[in-house]
Amino acid sequence: MARDPKAEAALAVHRFGFGPRLGSIAAIASDPRGALIAELDRPGAGRISDPDLLTSGEAARGAFNFRQERKARRLAERAQREAAKNAPPPTPERQAAMAAPPAEPRMEAKAGEVAPSKPNALPGFPQQVYLEEAKARIDAALGADPGFAERLVWFWSNHFCVSADKGPVRALAGAYEREAIRAHVLGRFADMLVAVESHPAMLIYLDNARSIGPDSIAGRNQHRGLNENLAREILELHTLGVRTVYSQADVTSFAKVITGWSIVPPRQDPERGGEFTFNPRMHEPGAQAVIGRTYPDGGIEQGRAVLADLARHPATARHVAGKLARAFVADAPPPALVDRLAKRFLDTDGNLKELARTLVSAPEAWAAPRSKLKAPATWFVAALRAIGITPPDIRPVIQAQNMLGEPLWRPPAPKGFSDDSAAWMDGISERVDVANQLAGRVAALVDPEAAIDTALGPLASAETRQTITRAASRPQALALLLMAPEFQRS
Amino acid sequence: MAMNVHAPSRRELLLASGALFAWAYLPKVARAEGRDPRFLTIVLRGALDGLAAVAPVGDPDWARLRGDKALLLDGANPALKLDGFFALNPAMPELHRLYRAGQATIVHAAATPYRERSHFDGQDMLESGLTKPGATDTGWLNRALAALEPGGRVEPNKRQAFAVGPVTPLIVRGAAPVMSWTPARLPPATDDTLMRLADLYRHTDPPLARVLEERMGLAAIAKAGGVAMAPEKGKPPPQGPGAQVRAYFAEAAGAAAKFMARPDGPRVGALAFDGWDTHQDEGAVGGRLALLLGALDGALAAIEKEMGPAWRETIVTVVTEFGRTARINGTEGTDHGTATVALLAGGALKGGRVVADWPGVKDASLYEGRDLKPTTDLRAVLKGVLKDHLRVPDAALATKVFPDSVAARPMAGLVA
Repeated sequence: MARDPKAEAALAVHRFGFGPRLGSIAAIASDPRGALIAELDRPGAGRISDPDLLTSGEAARGAFNFRQERKARRLAERAQREAAKNAPPPTPERQAAMAAPPAEPRMEAKAGEVAPSKPNALPGFPQQVYLEEAKARIDAALGADPGFAERLVWFWSNHFCVSADKGPVRALAGAYEREAIRAHVLGRFADMLVAVESHPAMLIYLDNARSIGPDSIAGRNQHRGLNENLAREILELHTLGVRTVYSQADVTSFAKVITGWSIVPPRQDPERGGEFTFNPRMHEPGAQAVIGRTYPDGGIEQGRAVLADLARHPATARHVAGKLARAFVADAPPPALVDRLAKRFLDTDGNLKELARTLVSAPEAWAAPRSKLKAPATWFVAALRAIGITPPDIRPVIQAQNMLGEPLWRPPAPKGFSDDSAAWMDGISERVDVANQLAGRVAALVDPEAAIDTALGPLASAETRQTITRAASRPQALALLLMAPEFQRS
Repeated sequence: MAMNVHAPSRRELLLASGALFAWAYLPKVARAEGRDPRFLTIVLRGALDGLAAVAPVGDPDWARLRGDKALLLDGANPALKLDGFFALNPAMPELHRLYRAGQATIVHAAATPYRERSHFDGQDMLESGLTKPGATDTGWLNRALAALEPGGRVEPNKRQAFAVGPVTPLIVRGAAPVMSWTPARLPPATDDTLMRLADLYRHTDPPLARVLEERMGLAAIAKAGGVAMAPEKGKPPPQGPGAQVRAYFAEAAGAAAKFMARPDGPRVGALAFDGWDTHQDEGAVGGRLALLLGALDGALAAIEKEMGPAWRETIVTVVTEFGRTARINGTEGTDHGTATVALLAGGALKGGRVVADWPGVKDASLYEGRDLKPTTDLRAVLKGVLKDHLRVPDAALATKVFPDSVAARPMAGLVA
């Protein structure tokens, strides 16, 4: 389809970036593809450099200490209850006397409209870390131009998702994304794979930290054993893809291979607690056959060797190529595009920068109609960018993501959030309310007609322009803009 | 007959949102014993098909009764075995897990004293605890609270979280002070904005128009002020795998449990979930009811999770106004019936069993030739829990909480 350069630029920012900010479309109109590729070449692309953010080890140890303190508090409370229970049964008078003191000041506080600060008024340490990491992530997405590298980070982070809802992962999810995903987002798939599968957040999320080889020293002593969860998801979700070339026997063997990929227990080591370790006492001894190849036992190297082979397997190339094309281009991506991406993946030994470059250089990636619905968080970031605000408080952004069904770092399952826009169609109804509230807050800052040019430019249809310009109020106009099909779709 | 389409009242909207209504005090006697019990009642409005939730797979007449809609142990989607006779709908693995852990009890062939088939009257009696509908404006849970000696007041400083609800459901209405909480929701867009947007979508993006129009069909609900939409009665849930229903059951139940788990949180509360009126395409396996049961299952799991250590002292009762016809009707669904199940879950239960004086499902055994015959008085179950868990006195249970219920003696042995 022949387009004028500005339309191509607007498409570039909506499809491959985070949506236009003021001036974004004009800035890249001379060479939209070149601008996307140039962003990948910028030093530090896809990284966040913020010295205040904690490493996953620091976060894990902080969370451990936090839990210890909370536990100590609970035990003290229980001891108090036990003491009360063992005391002689109170007379009615004493009972009344006991009930009165706690009740009175509380009631008073209510009447006086003064909320005294309570120890649990602040979020706990894991939640504080989660919020700080969330802010860093959203700020990066708001500040990127056009945002292709950040979109790639979000894609790979979802591909290799962990869930903050699983125990100690809450404090680790942000560090995980920075350490395992961002560090390799324009590097090699094989390196990202090793970084992901050896990251404490993943080892906790998919239960490998406690998986023990049945014939390992620990296995023989403790009568505990293998957990196949991580091994299965690596094969099914992270690399080869479901129903491809592996069997249950491969899953079991691979699970044995990665026994010992675990975490330094925080209570044993205050210096390195919470960090990755290979624990040979948990590792299943002996050679293992995985997908037609036998891997001699070499401790941690056995697992690295399997991951290296998985990373360059043709099934992995097809799986990754299909997902990438689905996420960025179309729910049913053009087969020629998938072929092109899979071939490039294999030819470059999984060079992810080359893969991204191939994506935006492929004619199929531009020819596809704008039929994909943006995922909720991607749309919400695009809305903030179009309006030109950076929220000072991250919590409303988190709440919006929750409400829109894409809670940050909290996917419903290891498969991550859907790359298929059909999954998000029902949520349009919630988006209207989110758009409405956002517009109600910021509309005073925005001229609706200028906002159309910023956000859509030549993509805006005559109907959309007319609907927005005829709106009953500025807030309504802005809400309609954010809900316009051209803004919802990519 | 099916419920008529009508403009939902404010009261129904609050229930549809999964709002928590909770007593503002702590139960004193139980606490003096060193216990700190939690009690949550979930009302399923619309009448749950008890036979589709918990099937009598050991009954020789069962497979014939429901035909290819019968849950079976050896079906394509096998039911989850409970004991030698009953099996649970496969959409409820979490409840099954709790059952096996001794933390769930199922009471079957249970009913309130209501023997007609009107939703409104049936809900009225379920919530009022009286022997005829429309006789009072207080609920049994509130009267049970009033019979308890109050300890300290809960949540005195959490005004943002708890506002006194202007309209509370009957089950918790009465003299005992009650607080309400609804999930935080953003204020919805106005009808005018929706109309303009729908008009734009119709001209430029028909798939988006369809989604929006579905919402506008329920616009009355959205208008009522920051309330999430419930699945519409009599219609299948929104397209997709039912993720929204599931998410909102779990969110509401989990949030309720979070409140109740807090040291200064409420101890007794009530929630309600709509959408159980399965006249057409019931879908007990893999369909609409399975989706709802799965969502309920997720809600129970969310309660367990959010209660944390307090789960040990928790009992959740799941009740519904009546059951449904024993046989499948002409539209692959079931119509209003009589006896059904009550589901109990919680760490404080002596669970892991199905309590039933099983009436059988032979034609001759059915109530009025069509419904599962009630053999257990639901009030006896509720009284058993109120007595042994919250320590509501016997005399109050028989006269004030459930008036004229002396014959329905509190069921013993439910609580560990």
